[in-house]
Amino acid sequence: MEYIIERQHKFSLGLKELIRYRELFYFFTWRDIKVKYKQAALGFLWAVLQPLLMMLIFTLIFSKGLKVSSEGIPYPVFALSGLIIWNIFSTGLLSSANSMVTNASIIKKIYFPRLIIPMSSILTALFDFCFALLVYICVVIWYSHSTDWLRVLYCLPVSILLTVFTTFGLGTFLAAFNVKYRDFQYVIPFMIQFLLFVNPVLYSSKIFQEGILGWFMRLNPLANAINLSRSAFTGSPIDWMGVLYSFGVALVLFLIGIYTFRKTEAYFADLA
Amino acid sequence: MKNILEVKHLTKEFLIGGAQEKYLALRDVLSNPFKKFKQPPLVKFKALDDVSFDVASGDSVGIIGRNGAGKSTLLKILSRITPPTTGKVITRGRIASLLEVGTGFHMELTGRENIYMNGSILGMRKKEIDRHFDAIVDFSGVEKFLDTPLKRYSSGMQLRLAFAVAAHLEPEILIIDEVLAVGDAEFQKKCLGKMDEVSINDGRTVLFVSHHMGTIAQLCKKVLLLEKGVVLKYADNAMEGIDQYLKLNRNNPSYVNDGTEHEVIGVKRISVTNTEGEALSDFTNKDEIVVDFELEYYQIPQNTSLYVSILNQYKMPVFSEEQIIEANRMRLKIFPDFLVQGNYSISVILHLIPSETYFTAEDICPFHITDIDSKMIVYNNFNHNYGNVFGKAKWIS
Repeated sequence: MEYIIERQHKFSLGLKELIRYRELFYFFTWRDIKVKYKQAALGFLWAVLQPLLMMLIFTLIFSKGLKVSSEGIPYPVFALSGLIIWNIFSTGLLSSANSMVTNASIIKKIYFPRLIIPMSSILTALFDFCFALLVYICVVIWYSHSTDWLRVLYCLPVSILLTVFTTFGLGTFLAAFNVKYRDFQYVIPFMIQFLLFVNPVLYSSKIFQEGILGWFMRLNPLANAINLSRSAFTGSPIDWMGVLYSFGVALVLFLIGIYTFRKTEAYFADLA
Repeated sequence: MKNILEVKHLTKEFLIGGAQEKYLALRDVLSNPFKKFKQPPLVKFKALDDVSFDVASGDSVGIIGRNGAGKSTLLKILSRITPPTTGKVITRGRIASLLEVGTGFHMELTGRENIYMNGSILGMRKKEIDRHFDAIVDFSGVEKFLDTPLKRYSSGMQLRLAFAVAAHLEPEILIIDEVLAVGDAEFQKKCLGKMDEVSINDGRTVLFVSHHMGTIAQLCKKVLLLEKGVVLKYADNAMEGIDQYLKLNRNNPSYVNDGTEHEVIGVKRISVTNTEGEALSDFTNKDEIVVDFELEYYQIPQNTSLYVSILNQYKMPVFSEEQIIEANRMRLKIFPDFLVQGNYSISVILHLIPSETYFTAEDICPFHITDIDSKMIVYNNFNHNYGNVFGKAKWIS
């Protein structure tokens, strides 16, 4: 096995190495999950409680209080369908954006493909998602909503894929940015809060159908992911062209993220 | 057979004194997007300057040099943590580096979990860890605490566990940086034994950075001496490199009486020298050390004696010698293989017994002795205090 250490001149994804180090994905994810739930007295119950409580408060405010339209389905189902996707995005983005800084002590001492770190942050977020999904299914059954489970089987994976792509693109981009500009870590939580209202988590994207906002909802990968997860269970029609467009957007974000990350990666140890 | 490691014209530049000094804030960039910030001009600093050397398979190379010589930068490039500015390294084997043992340890995880986490960060496959698991636990001696979170471990136990994992790596090239600084004596001995095993028995290539010349002499066949980012010497014989390194550290350890501090008389200069009369501050245990007194005999009352104590690092006398002054020059020879590795200084009194004292000087002429080949050598690496002198004793049965 011969290889050369020198300054990287051209861009490469480093896929070969990622495959060689594949076990590290597992170990980083496993560590983060272990650490996250080890000290919590309720353990994995948190992963269940969190979306449940959020659903309750949103139902109280938006459905009972503000009478927000929920596309004709029970609001708890409506809110939860958005929340589970939103949680992948928000926890994934926050932890992957901070991941390079949190793991600086390792980065400064050992080499491995750096992409593994933000990637496993998102895998950790997916782990939480599994619990939330369980809650969601229970709630759907509780409201005895007639569900076409076959539809769930193809809508949900597409929705998750779209979310992960987007989260990963933004996450790697922010991770690289965060190492370079340290005050960015204060911007990220605000940004996430902001995005919660930009995306149709709590309201229906149907309220914006015309003009720029309509296009924004069509192109926005997260909005599409949420709509997909929503209609997976409810059977409302899916705008497949919108899904396709937003996949394009997600792909662009993904490429920008990885490119930025790979470009700065070599100097993380010098900067961190 | 091709060399396992070829380093070719490696240069690493850092920018210092400017933006790189502090963390960049986006605020600064946004508030001042077009102008360059008002900052002192950046200075290019070459941590490594055109470094080239080859390492053959199975070699153990000690990398030595003073602080800031570029040792750590070199290791960081070899272990791919930071890229070189120019030049390249060709490696023909898996490199594992222990720039600091215990990387990736997490306090919340148990010992068992940390073995897996740490092992995989260091580049072991899960299967490999499974295979070595018992050996690792055995080596570390923390068996009873395997399922206790690491935060309950003492620092010694953490280190033992960390080294145990690292010792079971099986790379073709192993890079080690000063890992032997702490830990208890017994364990340190075990570590050195393991390293010997790795480099000699397994024929693994080892690059070892340390300030302990004794350990370098013991473990390394070759020595790469760096100074200010440049290769000063790449010696096939470790001793040659070590000798040159020790000479780098020479400063002027002489004591010169300028008449201000001590009222009296009679002492011109005191220095610690080698047999050739060169004033030095670094010696090995094989060197004969001469304490050289230049006096003004005619100013000194008759029958005055010169009383010399050699002080250890705690300023306690190791031994003392006395002699009536009868000449302008007096020299005290300290035999080789007498003082153990450590820092020493001397204190001097000129007095006329029983009451008159003419001159005193405490803690002057500091010098250091490096152990290169005594049988106690392994104990030097962890500040184990086994005395100040080698015993004049023998096992007779």
